[in-house]
Amino acid sequence: MNASAILAAIGTVAALAAVLGGILGWVATRLRSDPDALVERIDALLPQTQCAQCRYPGCRPYAEAIARGEADIDRCPPGGEATVRALAALLDREPRPVDPHYGTTRAPRVALIDEDRCIGCALCLPACPVDAIVGAPRLMHTVIAAHCTGCELCLAPCPVDCIAMVEPAATSPGRAVA
Amino acid sequence: MKLRGLTLDGHKSRPLQGLIRPVPPPAMLVLALDQGAGEAAAPVVRPGDAVRVGSPIAAGAGAATALHSPVSGIVREIAEHPAPRGAGRCIVIDNDGRDEPAVPAAPVDWRAMDGKALLGLVAEAGIAGLGGAAFPTATKLALARAAGVDLLLLNGAECEPWICCDDALMRERAPDIVLGAQVMLAATGAQRCVIAIEDDKPEAIAAVESAVRALPALFPLGAEAPLVAAVTGREVPHDGWPPQVGAVCQNVATAATVARLVRDGRPAMSRIVTVTGSGVNEPANVEARIGTPVAALVDACGGYAATNVRHIAGGSLTGRMLAGDEVPVTKGLNCVLLATAADLPLRAPEVPCIRCGDCADVCPAGLLPQQLHVAARAGDSAGLARFGLGACIECGCCDYVCPSSIPLTARFRAARAREHLAEVERHRALEAKARYERHQRRLAEQAEAERQAFDAARRRAGGADPGGG
Amino acid sequence: MTDLLLLALGASLVNNFVLTQFLGLCPFVGVSRRFEAAAGMALATLFVLTLASGASYSVWHWILEPLGLGYLRTLVFILLIAAVVQVTEMLVRATSPLLHELLGVFLPLITTNCAVLGVALLNLERQHGLVESLVYGAAAAAGFGLALLAFAGLRERLETADVPAAFRGTPLALITAGLMALAFMGFGGLVAR
Repeated sequence: MNASAILAAIGTVAALAAVLGGILGWVATRLRSDPDALVERIDALLPQTQCAQCRYPGCRPYAEAIARGEADIDRCPPGGEATVRALAALLDREPRPVDPHYGTTRAPRVALIDEDRCIGCALCLPACPVDAIVGAPRLMHTVIAAHCTGCELCLAPCPVDCIAMVEPAATSPGRAVA
Repeated sequence: MKLRGLTLDGHKSRPLQGLIRPVPPPAMLVLALDQGAGEAAAPVVRPGDAVRVGSPIAAGAGAATALHSPVSGIVREIAEHPAPRGAGRCIVIDNDGRDEPAVPAAPVDWRAMDGKALLGLVAEAGIAGLGGAAFPTATKLALARAAGVDLLLLNGAECEPWICCDDALMRERAPDIVLGAQVMLAATGAQRCVIAIEDDKPEAIAAVESAVRALPALFPLGAEAPLVAAVTGREVPHDGWPPQVGAVCQNVATAATVARLVRDGRPAMSRIVTVTGSGVNEPANVEARIGTPVAALVDACGGYAATNVRHIAGGSLTGRMLAGDEVPVTKGLNCVLLATAADLPLRAPEVPCIRCGDCADVCPAGLLPQQLHVAARAGDSAGLARFGLGACIECGCCDYVCPSSIPLTARFRAARAREHLAEVERHRALEAKARYERHQRRLAEQAEAERQAFDAARRRAGGADPGGG
Repeated sequence: MTDLLLLALGASLVNNFVLTQFLGLCPFVGVSRRFEAAAGMALATLFVLTLASGASYSVWHWILEPLGLGYLRTLVFILLIAAVVQVTEMLVRATSPLLHELLGVFLPLITTNCAVLGVALLNLERQHGLVESLVYGAAAAAGFGLALLAFAGLRERLETADVPAAFRGTPLALITAGLMALAFMGFGGLVAR
């Protein structure tokens, strides 16, 4: 095989590759991906407790991490086995038990403020991610049980440790055990 | 339209050999605050109060009807007590045996009352559906009136084996049923009334002369949707109810109770119960006051005939086990089946599905129990919804015909409960998410407002005139 | 016209690329666990196969053959297929992130799907023109899609069925594929060649 034939071969393939690369580059600029749709669908399967036990600051950041491929689907203790199974069904993966490293699944509980001990410091109010605590500085605080998701984020800021986690009352709308 | 279901052995002949027996009111009556509809009435008496026949003892709300004392005496206590649907709070009354009425019996001039007044009268009297569901009759009729129904369908089908209390009522008190129908027609504004009776009750059909429609003796034709379809040909949407197709169903016994209300001014205080099965000596239909313990009913029927007897409230397909014979009669109790092993053989052990398809052939709701079973076992919510789990009336026909003895009805009941809980959880999660998003927005707005205030203050401080503020 | 029809019938049913010629088995088994994913894969493969078929024929006919570079066809065809698959991946990611997530690594693996390269090379061997190449490619993809969708439907049903432990999952899937291949033998002789 002579040199010109080899050059012709290399040149043709190189030219072809360049053209294709150019087309691909142009197509890439025209087609923007919208990852939100997938994140929405994942987020819809999470229990919305906003407890951060998965090490992400809320359910939506966790959903985004799953969509990006950063986090696995077994990190949600409040969602429990049902959530892992639902996520596995959506993303076509193998279901598995919740990773105990991130917490254990328990029966749902709500926060209860012991009014005898509450000093009205209002430190627990901003800690609640769903604004379920009603109160103001130097006025009695109380948790609206129907809105409490059981995330336990209010326990730490309380300086007098007056918040306890209790079973939801029998009259509140039925809660499923995860 | 093809009518699907089972033709079953009725076991109804023995109790119907005699007339309805009255049960003497016992020394103690237990009135459950939840008479079968699932919600409890609120007591208006306290322990120690004296009551008379017909005095109100609990106020109705929602699905709970008002309760009236069937005897005169003293309220002993309000406490937990076994009841047909599981233990619940009950008002216990000691009977003084004198049967003194709260107000003298007097007929009501119902023809002079308009629809709304009639509905109020029925509500005050605490009349509930006596077909088993114990739903407040006034509420049902009011909703039917609002929906503008044109047909009042009296349900004398009594499709389930062993139960024959309605048959006895129709044979002996047909005029009451007709009077009750007239009152209900006035209350709902419906134009016509059809009384539907299965054709295995020729005596009842003969007794109720006018407006009788004979139906084939098929289980579960007594359920509302199949009944409306069989009589009118109209199909009730599976997530809807009969008024959507212009009909309202009432049990014949409920109609008779309404008749008694307008004839004597008496509220709902007693009902007819079938006491039957091989476990009792003289199966019969008895009339007992609400609150009478089942033991008194058995006594009125000659006592127990065997020792190892299961107490079942209802019939052999949709009946439920009772805790024992201290359970009291409620408005929703239509039959006490004292079953021996001969009456109801124990279930064979479950084996895998052989895909015979018999279950789909008999399902009166037109569902595919085979597919529902697969979906229920896999926990497949989407599959359960697609195959119409919501339309299942839990009649037990598929259970009955399954050659593999798979407890299908129990599985579906459990699956429905699970799906309902999952739905409630999903709803809660959605609400929590909305509140979380509002919380985030609030924080962002607060931060933005603070930043702007800071900027404005800095501008003021930086751009202040040497001579100005 | 009849020739094209017979060509299409042959490529899709009689000589089905998956069940008769046993090409493209990797996505066939890998993506068929969920019907949604299988449908997406079938569409993606249809797009890739048709485009790649046409592109490879065109490049061969107007560039490689005139320049005497026919021996480079395998290399160049792979280049073309890779580019088309990349475009497809970008399209899928833009239209449905969920489908992109479901297909996962199988989407870029369409490049190595032996059915795609197979069709491109077979076009040359059978001396198809441009139109015939396109039809052959599309029909091959249709047959692939048919087999894939049927298999996915069966696998979804088997997922919730009462299967003996030893057969659960892959063993039963392979048996099913074998039975499907047997079934497709019924098309044999429908079209000569």
